[in-house]
Amino acid sequence: MNDATGLPQTAVVVGGTSEIGLAILEELAKHRLEAVLLAARDRSGLERAKARLEAVGVGAVSLEECDVTKAEDVERLVSSAASSLGTVDLVIVAAGQLGTAELDQLPPATVLEMMGANAGGPAAAAVAFASLMAGQGCGRLVVLSSVAGLRVRRANFVYGAGKAAIDGLALGLSDAVRDAGVSVMVVRPGFVRTKMTVGRPEAPFSVDATDVATAVVEGLERGAAVVYVPPVLRYAFLVLRHLPRAVFRRLPG
Amino acid sequence: MAEEPAGRDKTVGSMTVPAANERPSRLAAAQRVVLSGWGGNPRSAADVIRPGSLSEVVPMLAEMRERSRSVLARGLGRSYGDAATSAGSVVIDLTGADRVVRTDGAVVTVEAGLSLDALLAWSVPKGWFVPVTPGTRYVTIGGAIASDVHGKNHHREGSLGGWVRSLRIATPDGEIEASPDGEHADAFWTTVGGMGLTGVILEASIEMIPIETSLVSVDTERATDLDECMRLMSAGDAGYRYSVAWVDCLRRGRGLGRAVLTRGDHASLAELESAPKKPRSVTPADPLAYSPRQLARVPFEAPVRLATLPAVRAFNEAWFRKAPAHRAGELQPLASFFHPLDFLGDWNRLYGRHGFTQYQVVVPFEAAEVVREIIEQLGRSGFPSLFAVLKRFGPANKAPLSFPAPGWTLALDIPLGRAGLAELLDRLDGIVADAGGRVYFAKDARLRPQLVRSMYPRIGDWQRVRDRLDPDGVFTSDLARRLHLLGDTT
Repeated sequence: MNDATGLPQTAVVVGGTSEIGLAILEELAKHRLEAVLLAARDRSGLERAKARLEAVGVGAVSLEECDVTKAEDVERLVSSAASSLGTVDLVIVAAGQLGTAELDQLPPATVLEMMGANAGGPAAAAVAFASLMAGQGCGRLVVLSSVAGLRVRRANFVYGAGKAAIDGLALGLSDAVRDAGVSVMVVRPGFVRTKMTVGRPEAPFSVDATDVATAVVEGLERGAAVVYVPPVLRYAFLVLRHLPRAVFRRLPG
Repeated sequence: MAEEPAGRDKTVGSMTVPAANERPSRLAAAQRVVLSGWGGNPRSAADVIRPGSLSEVVPMLAEMRERSRSVLARGLGRSYGDAATSAGSVVIDLTGADRVVRTDGAVVTVEAGLSLDALLAWSVPKGWFVPVTPGTRYVTIGGAIASDVHGKNHHREGSLGGWVRSLRIATPDGEIEASPDGEHADAFWTTVGGMGLTGVILEASIEMIPIETSLVSVDTERATDLDECMRLMSAGDAGYRYSVAWVDCLRRGRGLGRAVLTRGDHASLAELESAPKKPRSVTPADPLAYSPRQLARVPFEAPVRLATLPAVRAFNEAWFRKAPAHRAGELQPLASFFHPLDFLGDWNRLYGRHGFTQYQVVVPFEAAEVVREIIEQLGRSGFPSLFAVLKRFGPANKAPLSFPAPGWTLALDIPLGRAGLAELLDRLDGIVADAGGRVYFAKDARLRPQLVRSMYPRIGDWQRVRDRLDPDGVFTSDLARRLHLLGDTT
């Protein structure tokens, strides 16, 4: 059960090899976390993630090979989460891929795959778990969006569009499940130094995965609806969102 | 939670539609509602049913067992945390069962959904008071017994369970008539303080205490720091039936734990007649007049955080200064002495959407320094605490999960919604557990399950009897799941 300080005893990470997702679990393991389920496509990555969590004392780690862009995988994931965890207190939707914004490297198949990985798959997982939680009568979803989705830039327009979609879906879902005892928290990090962004030029206000994890757990404790990492981005994007397009498209990066 | 078997009812919106080929389910009248305790957090949704009469409870339990639905009874929802919520379960709202069934001398038998408020309105004019009352009248008898509540008289008269002469308890298999030392004594003591996890309390017979007036003769004293407060209480409490201290947790250094002590007993008719200053409402001609009123009600959840550090500090200062340095024999109406917060209805809304938690612990007398440690750490942490209450407990009763045990008990209201509270309270839990103390389940919404066995060493006995009363595991609550009370307590 989630307690009054917002901390869960069980958690699922969709995108279970995500550095941010694992960092959040490591932070939660300092408190009440008892059992987790990690879901991702990559079996060996899952095994490494399991070892990492066991090292910080999470007793029960189950793994599920799962491609969130496949409906049957999402359905199987939700039912195995319910059976292995009992009550699913927290689901962290962390799946995603940065991909590219070079037109010559974006054939239709790649665009479809990226939209599936950043929007379609995470959306399917978020809605499926929200529905499970509505039946449970409790639970929290943490959806990893990005400030890239707040105003889509030319530098990562496919990724940004995917994040815009999942961000909007999460906000609407939050209102839809409120009366079922379920809450949704949207996390909007800026540039996070992880294996996904390695080799990319850093943007201003870059952070590490552990910074995101700390902010997410504090957000859970505060009962926050939207979390920016670092917090200053809330104000930066208040401005950036309203810049005239002629100015916005000339911004570096 | 082992629910969701094949063929389970489909929930459509707030309606639960029975599968075809079955007779109409009692669940048809259920409503999906998001519930919380008095602290406002955590919240969870359950299917709430209000039975028309107590005779419906046993068949209702049998049906839910058949459908593999878990069940919890709920009264007025005044426990602070998640004791009266149960995500996805069927919650039986018993507040409609509110009759006084019969009286036999001092013993009154009432339905479990009767509130203390209603019971007192009926009994005080007849010259009877409840043997134990918590700080609010807006609790049901059933909930009060399930929490084994205590009051300002615990040091002399124990908790409510010790005054209950019999209980009628519903299980899926039928009703049990349990008494403290006769038949089903183990069911009785498992249900007292059992947090609603042993069955549904339908009726209780309680021994009331006689009173001559509806007034309390109160002595008030100020203590300049915690040491003086504890010294005054240790020395003088035995001479008072009721005793409690309000402690200012926000002072540091000298003056840490300054306190206002209020102690007293029911005023006799002679005291009322000879009092130089008589209260307006109660006269020697009508010594049992009793009409407590709610003066105001908080209309909605506060949109901003009101319980900030400066606000609480100012409040504490005012509260301390308004108390006389020393005053003896003041006649106060029952409600002013026992239920001062009830004058303001729905006061929990002042804490806004994040709500608050009450941290109540007891530590043995020999570990009195833990009380100081808690107040110091809380003061240092910057979490504002309103209404810190300190009192001394007397001997424990036979109920394995009953909270009170000989020692000091401290209760603190702390606003939720700020990071860092979990870590602070976890640290304090550790200190309390090491000192042989415990946290009160009826207030709790955040304890770690690992500490339950050391805080409640007799939980194994409790679980054995509980499992016999509810072998199919029909009863559960969010508290029970969070703390693994029904098994696997590590």
